[in-house]
Amino acid sequence: MLRVEARHQLGDLLLDVELAVDRGECLALAGPSGAGKTSILRVAAGLLRPERGRVAANGDAWLDTERGLDVPAEQRRCGYVFQHYALFPHLSAWQNVAYPLRGLSRTERRARATELLERFGLAGRADARPHTLSGGERQRVAVARALARAPEVLLLDEPLSALDARTRAAAARELAGVLRESEAPTLLVTHDFTEAAQLGDRVGIIDRGCVVQLGTPSELAATPRSAFVADFTGAVVLTGVASRGRGGLTRVELDGGGTITSTDAGEGAVAVSVYPWEIAIEPAGEEPHGSAENRLSAEVVSITTVGNRVRLALTRPQPLVAEVTLISVERLGLHAGDQVVAAWKASATRLVVM
Amino acid sequence: MTRRAWFPALLAVCLAVALTFLTLPVVAIFIDSSPGELIASLGEPGALDALWLSLKATGASIALILVIGTPAAYLLATRSFRGKAIVVTLVELPLVLPPAVAGIALLASVGPSGILGGAVEAAGLQLSFATAGVVVALTFVASPFYVRQAMAAFVAVDRALLDASRTLGASEARGFVHVMIPVALPGLAAGSALALGRALGEFGATLMFAGSFQGVTQTVPLAIYDRFSTDFDSALALSAVLVAVSAAILLSVKLVQGGEALGLAPR
Repeated sequence: MLRVEARHQLGDLLLDVELAVDRGECLALAGPSGAGKTSILRVAAGLLRPERGRVAANGDAWLDTERGLDVPAEQRRCGYVFQHYALFPHLSAWQNVAYPLRGLSRTERRARATELLERFGLAGRADARPHTLSGGERQRVAVARALARAPEVLLLDEPLSALDARTRAAAARELAGVLRESEAPTLLVTHDFTEAAQLGDRVGIIDRGCVVQLGTPSELAATPRSAFVADFTGAVVLTGVASRGRGGLTRVELDGGGTITSTDAGEGAVAVSVYPWEIAIEPAGEEPHGSAENRLSAEVVSITTVGNRVRLALTRPQPLVAEVTLISVERLGLHAGDQVVAAWKASATRLVVM
Repeated sequence: MTRRAWFPALLAVCLAVALTFLTLPVVAIFIDSSPGELIASLGEPGALDALWLSLKATGASIALILVIGTPAAYLLATRSFRGKAIVVTLVELPLVLPPAVAGIALLASVGPSGILGGAVEAAGLQLSFATAGVVVALTFVASPFYVRQAMAAFVAVDRALLDASRTLGASEARGFVHVMIPVALPGLAAGSALALGRALGEFGATLMFAGSFQGVTQTVPLAIYDRFSTDFDSALALSAVLVAVSAAILLSVKLVQGGEALGLAPR
């Protein structure tokens, strides 16, 4: 269990957060740059001392400004993956991973480091310097190094944002696996909601130094508490299995039932994303009309007004969110519990191969 | 010449003038003395004494500068505090002091009748007219060259590396030794080469503070000055040696920095 409470003036920004992350859980904080995300990690790691705050990990107090307690960063067992990885440029990959291993002989350190690198498929790159590694390899070395000291807490700062789009999907998959295995409470920050939804068990949306909403990714998308959260959460993500469909389209069998098509290519396990504002709502039982290829019947779970628009949370076997205008909701006379059809175009359906 | 070409031509002419002016005197040293004469004058005991003394005093001074200057530069590069700009200016001041002023300043502070002269004597240190005095003079004039460059080198190191070192369980001291120094090494090497060059050529402050006694305080520049009116050939030979050593230092700096770009920097 990791608890972080901090109040700290950072220039114009007042950081004011209170977070708790359970054992084995990953809490992903998503927000625009300059929202104070990195500062929260720095407070947890002991690299930034807030004016007021408390940090505790697995029952040990690391920081309590009221009691004047501040355990130095080097004595907090944090595995910290820095935004640009901060690999030591003068050390090889294995030496980077072995840096935190002390009180061991060189042979033992090398063996331990190699073992970790092997886990990340990097055994062959053990002697390479960081500048000769690819972006994806660097990221894996950074994660391996953060895990080397068996950390009590994992902190990840934009672990995927330095990677190109192609590498990112594979790296995200791998990182999700690492996080699933890890027992350490994990705090991850990112500017990308999709990334947060993919890696976090819960997601906190952070804006101007405060956590404005905390919940599962589908809760946030379905019932955003503010226009900011609604905009920030962006696309709805569904999972399924893709195969070649008719007309050059890709057919996706959604996990839990239902079939949709996409203009994107893909095969095997995929994440399907669609923006809530691309989804149109039709009354159930009507003949299909118009060009929308994808039609799923669903039940309205909740109706949340966000400014001049409305978010409809729908249940399918997987939660789905549609964003429509208030006028449409009134015209259709929608209420929670109604059966409707959610319709959107195949060309508005993005696929990410997992 | 077309109208367009006049500016590049002007640039080339300026460079040619500068190059001739800067290299001609140095080249003349080697043209004016035959290699045989050169080696013969070096065989003379006074010349060898001066060379040996220069090496010893410069070596000791560089060692002092590295040991004290590296942590000091690191502090200035990584902390911010009130009056830091003033501290940095004070550290850099000897850079712009005329050597004669440096000599007087040393006499007034740690010279026999200087404000700390009594304390120096009580500590059993003999500075004036002693080799230790030469080391003090060289250190005074050369250290700002190193500290300035070292500071810039430390500032250029990504702070995240030091943070990473701390989150990986290393104290700041360990991070300083195992991360900051190796990463800043090319810059530190360049700084020490600059300080080395300055110390090797030091003349005015040494002469005023430590005097010019063969084998005790007479470094190569002082020996050259001592001889140029009586034994020009010998002065020329010693000058040639200094040119060679200085050129070697400059070249090694370029190699270290070039090596960095090629990924060949020392670990």
